[in-house]
Order: sequence, then structure tokens, then C-alpha cells
Amino acid sequence: MKFIHDLIEKQKPMFEKGGKLEKLYYVFEAGETFMFTPPDVTKAKGVQVRDAVDLKRVMMTVVIALIPAIIFGLWNVGYQHHIATGEAASLGEQFLIGLQLSLPIIIVSYAAGGTVEAAFAVFRNHPITEGFLVTGILIPLVLPATIPLWQVALASAFAVLVAKEVFGGVGMNILNVALTARAFLYFAYPAAISGDKVWTYLGDAAPVDGFTGATFLGLAVEAQNQGVAVADFVGKTAHWASDPLSLFIGTIPGSIGETSALMCLIGALVLIWTKVADYRIIVSGVLGALAMGALLNVFAGDAEAVKNGVEGAKYYAYLDMPSYYHLIIGGFAFGIVFMATDPVSASQTNNGKWIYGALIGVMTVIIRVLNPAYPEGIMLAILLMNVLAPLIDHYVVNANKKRRLKRATV
Amino acid sequence: MSNNVKLKKGFDIKLVGEAAESIAKNIDTPTTFAIKPEDFPGMIRPKAVVKVGEKVKAGDPILIDGKLEEVKYTSPVSGEIVEIQRGERRKLLAVVVKADAQVEYKEFPVKPIDQVSKEEAQAILLESGVWPQLVRRPYAIVANPSDSPRAVFVSAFDSHPLAPNFEFTLKGQESYIQAGIDVLKKFTPKVYLGLNGSKSSALFDGLAGVEKNKFSGPHPAGNVGVQIHHTAPVTSGNDVVWTISPEGLAQVGKLFKEGKYDAKRIIAVAGPKVDTPEYVETYAGVNLETISAAKIKGDNVRVISGNVLTGYAVGKKGFLGYYSNMVTALEEGNKARFFLSDGWLAPITSRLSFHKAFGLLGSTSKKYALDTNTNGQDRPFAVTGSFEKVVPMDIYPMYLLKAILAYDYENMEALGIYEVAEEDLALCEFIDVSKHDIQKIVRQGLDTMRLD
Repeated sequence: MKFIHDLIEKQKPMFEKGGKLEKLYYVFEAGETFMFTPPDVTKAKGVQVRDAVDLKRVMMTVVIALIPAIIFGLWNVGYQHHIATGEAASLGEQFLIGLQLSLPIIIVSYAAGGTVEAAFAVFRNHPITEGFLVTGILIPLVLPATIPLWQVALASAFAVLVAKEVFGGVGMNILNVALTARAFLYFAYPAAISGDKVWTYLGDAAPVDGFTGATFLGLAVEAQNQGVAVADFVGKTAHWASDPLSLFIGTIPGSIGETSALMCLIGALVLIWTKVADYRIIVSGVLGALAMGALLNVFAGDAEAVKNGVEGAKYYAYLDMPSYYHLIIGGFAFGIVFMATDPVSASQTNNGKWIYGALIGVMTVIIRVLNPAYPEGIMLAILLMNVLAPLIDHYVVNANKKRRLKRATV
Repeated sequence: MSNNVKLKKGFDIKLVGEAAESIAKNIDTPTTFAIKPEDFPGMIRPKAVVKVGEKVKAGDPILIDGKLEEVKYTSPVSGEIVEIQRGERRKLLAVVVKADAQVEYKEFPVKPIDQVSKEEAQAILLESGVWPQLVRRPYAIVANPSDSPRAVFVSAFDSHPLAPNFEFTLKGQESYIQAGIDVLKKFTPKVYLGLNGSKSSALFDGLAGVEKNKFSGPHPAGNVGVQIHHTAPVTSGNDVVWTISPEGLAQVGKLFKEGKYDAKRIIAVAGPKVDTPEYVETYAGVNLETISAAKIKGDNVRVISGNVLTGYAVGKKGFLGYYSNMVTALEEGNKARFFLSDGWLAPITSRLSFHKAFGLLGSTSKKYALDTNTNGQDRPFAVTGSFEKVVPMDIYPMYLLKAILAYDYENMEALGIYEVAEEDLALCEFIDVSKHDIQKIVRQGLDTMRLD
């Protein structure tokens, strides 16, 4: 491989100070260091040896943890298409349709955000960092397969610009970048991301009888309005299987990568085992959602009494939904595993992480159930907690300061 | 009553090339020795007090700090001043002595230690050049003669990678160490000794007049800063304690028992690029040329005065630092690595990692022949929660470092700047995904607090 390295090195003077393309030095450098770990050695003063890890490897670990969700997601796009149109198709065909629809979204997401990132590196004269390696793939995974590509480009560029670069770039952002992209689309173009018709790709084919474009979350709100238990209602209404096992495996409509709790669980195990994500956030998030779901059950009212026409009796079906459903519907699993654990926007102290994760779980369920205007709560819950994370840390660190101060008087 | 503190946090970097417990023979006698201002981070205005050509004895002053003139930095050997090295803007780099064949010692008064007053002891320590062995916390700089320290702390073991074993290097010097303790008791009511909790010690177990505590666990359990934190922590800028190494204690004892500044030192010469790693008997500040010639293999090699975490590169012909108790030799990692074969995307087992990110398959319990490659480039802080795992103190390293970078005095103070020295956060620098110069940041913080 030495000859390739020599070849690249030969081009270097062109990009260095005084060279024709000196402005593009960091673009060149990003390419070179992508291919080759540079021959940089430790300084004369300071540690003489360094750990084998670097940011590229850490980011790549997240991408690898995402692979099960990506592959499943691609297949599920095709699968949803075929059950919606009633056509029979092989596994390969279903995967191919998913690839056809999703690949352009992935490419556009990387290209648009990457361009903004590179432009900032050039203007600000700093190296291009690896953060976008993960963000670029997270954005497509939280969007529906039917999203117009120009919206993907706009969202990706917007998120990198407003969520990251204006705060000073990688490591300085307050909000999770990929979620900012989704939130941008959610509020700017709600029809394309929160409507009933967007989750399943139909193409030119006509849908089957009883086709509903809504996701489980949309249907759950509808069940509540009609006063029918959620699982029964979805089971009767949806043209896709909605038993807990199917929900867990993820053969349901939704954003490209978020439907399968199983694949997210595999990703979570990879991230926890490699310690790239903090288990505290994931565990406390799950517990928070379960606890809040169980608490809401208490206030659900009495379905029997309503049926029997008891005066003043009320029944709230969504509140009555078993709390474990919250873990396997919508984007909760994906969000808590891959978004909430982003170390830059999460709480940074260990105690803070417990609180941060638990509140994400709690907020997600509250937003989902008690605020029917926003069927999906995880996105807003994480963004809200991103904003509150520094506050949580502030109190945790303050406790440490007080502990130190107390020692002084002893 | 002694405590046994079991520390869980930390990390042992295991390297190949541990020094065998023997003294190397057939090494040509080194001819030059030097004292270098860079070994004393608190030194503000270093000044050579000798001229080239002057003759000195071991213990004659050759260097002082213009801001703290009482403390003399003296020649480790007798001989002739041959060079005063200066760098940019005439910055003093080293005062070099060419040694005589037989060392002649300057004589200092000898009296039974119990009859020596504190003032006499202080004068002798300052004049002889042994004083700089006393390091002051907070700030980890040479002690100020006007300090009255609350306590003196000594760590009886060095837990750094490949560090020398004091049981070997100080064998038979119990009486000097005891004398050193007795002298220091004139300056402070308490001397704390931090023993290795996982072994008993022939050298230290019998010492009297000290409070002994045991510490066990991975590095930095042997760091005196960590031991202070768990014994009687430094709580403010005015809460002064001193620290001294066991070698320093022996030197103090010898000074008062025999009336001479004996800079003799048994150092470990270790690391993957050392041919039959073992110990070498020499003096502080030795030029490493002859040791390198006899012991170090290859040309693309980094020669370090000290260990791989807190030492510094000096080159094959550089001088050993004042506080260094070992020389480490590593291969320079100046080779580019293709990302799929042995770079950032390849599974590798030949490089040590504290982390478990994708492809880092090397076990942390095996011994490595690490090189000096940085394995990545400088990046903004992005990963959180790992520094805490290698700092066995109730401190948030990341918050402290950010307070230092922001010159936030109040927070530096509240977050524990007074309790740390560079060495205490050196492991953070090793494991840092973002490859920051953390020890440099710590020193910047200490300087900011000290000089404001």
C-alpha cells in the first residue's frame, strides 16, 4: 500500500500553504487520513504512547451497530409495499424495492450535509471530523421511504448548519443533529412526514381493501377517540399484523430504519458491549417509559362501565394500552438506542445520564398519549432533554463541588 | 492503624521489556551530566551561576531560579562546566558538567539528627541541592522554603508502566530513608507513607514515625496525588503539603548522615526497544549516550527520560531528567497505515486500547510493544464518561479541563485543580479518543492559578 500513500503524498504540495489549492487543504487531508492513519507521533512532552482508538473508529462502531436496522429497514420498505398492494414477491424483490427507494435518500443525505460540513471546514480552516459519518446515515433512517429527495437535502443541510456548525461544529452542538433534521421536516413540511399516506410506498399499484396508511401511533389515537382498546382496534383496522411479536420484529409501517425493536436491541447490545453508548441512558429510558405507561394505566378508566352505560364512567383506550407496547411501537427503540445516547448532546455525567434517560422515557409516553397532535413523542422528548441535559449536569457537578467544599471544613 | 484503600478505577498499560533485577555491567562510563530547568515547571527565571570552564564538586550550585534564589540546584558530580545550552531567545536549556573520573563531594556538616534544628536542616537542604526533591502540592512545583506544610506524603511504590522496583533500587538504604523521615519531621507534624497494598515491603514496612496507608488497584494507585486524595486531601490553594519520592528521602538521609549530596541513582532501562532490559547505576542528569549505545536497539527509536506516561523524549544523546527514575525506549510510530489493513477500519490486535470500539481486539492483559504513533488526530471532545474511569478521585476530569481551557478560576478551584498534577490525569491523555494534550492543559491550569 506504500505506493498509494506515496502517490497521495505527491499531491500534497498542491494543497499546502502557497499551493494552488491551499483552500482545499482540509478536504484533501480528510481524504488522505480516511485512506491512511497518518504517521503522526506523540509530542516530546506528554504521553509517549496513545490508545489505539480514534474518533473514526468510534463513529464506525455506531455505523456497524446500525447495520441490522438498515438491512431490516430496506427489506421492510419493500415488504410494506407488497402487503399494501397485495402482490406476492420474493425476499429479494422486496429488498430491491427498499434499496431503490432508500439508497437515493441515503446518498442525498450524505451529500447535502457533507457539503455543508466540508464548506465550513474550508472556510474555518479546521479538519473535517467524522461525526457526519453517523449523522448522515441516521437521517435517512428516521424518514419515511416516500419522502421527496429535495426535502432530504434541505433537512440534512439545515441540520448540519443550524444544529451543529453555528454552535462551533462537532462536539459543541446542543441538539442531536439527525433529530434536528427530522424535526425540521416535521414542522416545515408536515404533510410529507406526519400524514397518513406517507408511510407506505405504493407506486402505481392500487392498495388492497382495508388499506390504512397510518402507523400504529396514528391508529392508537384513533382507538382512543372511538373508545376501543388499542390492540383490538389496530388488529381490526390495520392490513398488517399488529400482534406484539410483529411489532417487536418490526414488520409494520414507519420510517425506514425505526420499525424493528429487535434490530435496535441488537444494535444496543453492540453499542453497550463496545461501551460506545452508555447503558445508563438506554436502561433508564426503557424503565422510564415502562413506568410512565404503567402510571397512565391507572387513570385509564373503566371500559366495562362505559359499555354498561354507567353514568359518568369514562374510558381512555390509549392510557389503557399495556406499557410495554411503548417500547415496540413507533421510533422509541431506535431513538433511545441511537439518538439519545449521542454523547455530545446527552448528559455527560453518570448520574446525569440516569436522569436524562429516564426523563426521555417518561416524556415520550406523555407526548404520545396525552398530546394527540404529535403522534410520535420520542423525537420531541429527546430534543427537549438535549436542551435540559446541561442543566442536569450542572446540578450533578454542583453536588460534587459541594462535597469537595464540605471536606474543607472537616 | 493503617487503612487499606482499594482502588478500582485506573488502567495498567502493560509493555514488553520489563527490567530484570540486575545491574548492567559493560556500559562505558558516561562523561557528561546536566541539570535542566525544564524539569522544574515552577521555575520562573532560571539562571546559571557558573561559567564554562569552572570546576565544581558534587553539591556545588550551578543553577538557581531568579525568583527563588534560596533554592540551589547543584552539580550531581564533580568536574568542569563544559557547556551552558541555550535555546531561542537565550532561554537556558541545560548546564552541562564533564565528570571527573572520581567524584569529589562538597562537605556538609554532620550532626546527630535529633540535635539539628529546623533552621539548620533547611539551610543544608537548600544549599546542597537536595531541596528540589521536595515538591509542593497544590501546583506540583519545588517546595518554597517559607511553606509550613501540613504533612509530607511519600508513595512507596511506582505504578507507572515498566517502573522500577524500589525494593531493588533502594535495597539496603532503610537507614537513610528513616533518617530522611526524621529530618522531614522537623518541618511538618505528619509524614504519610503510601504502601503497595498487594505486597509487603522489606524496605518500607519497618519505618517508624510515619502513618502508613495501603493502596491497591491499577495505576495510578501509586501516584502520590491519588494517595493524598484518599488520605487527607488538599482543600485550598493555601493548604500546603509536600511530597517526596523514596529516592529523595534516601538522598535527604544520606545528606545528614554522611554530609554529602549523593546523586547516585539506580535507574531502570526498559521498553520494547531495549536489549536485555535491566538496571543501570549512574547519577542524576546523566547523558544517555553510553547507555543507549550499550542497550538500545535500532535507529528509529524514541528514548524517553522517565516512563511512557509522564516522561519526555530526550533522544539517544539526551540527559536524564532530575526526577526520572528510568529510561524507556520505544519504536517511533512514524509510518502511515492503510485503513483496511492496519488503520482505523481494520481489526487489530497489536495495539493496546482501553476502549472496545469496533476492531480493537487486543486483550488488555497481554504485554505490548507499543510505538509512538498517535493512532488518530486531534479532534474536539466528543466522547464522554471515559476519563472518569481512569481517575480514582472524586473529580470530574472533563469539567475540570474545560474550566482550565476557559480560564474559569472559580470552577477550576471548585472542581479540584489543587488536587491534581499532570501525572494524575496522564491516563486520560492516553485513552483520549480526541487526542488532546491533557497534561499540558493541567499544567496550564496550575500555572494560571499559581501566577494570577
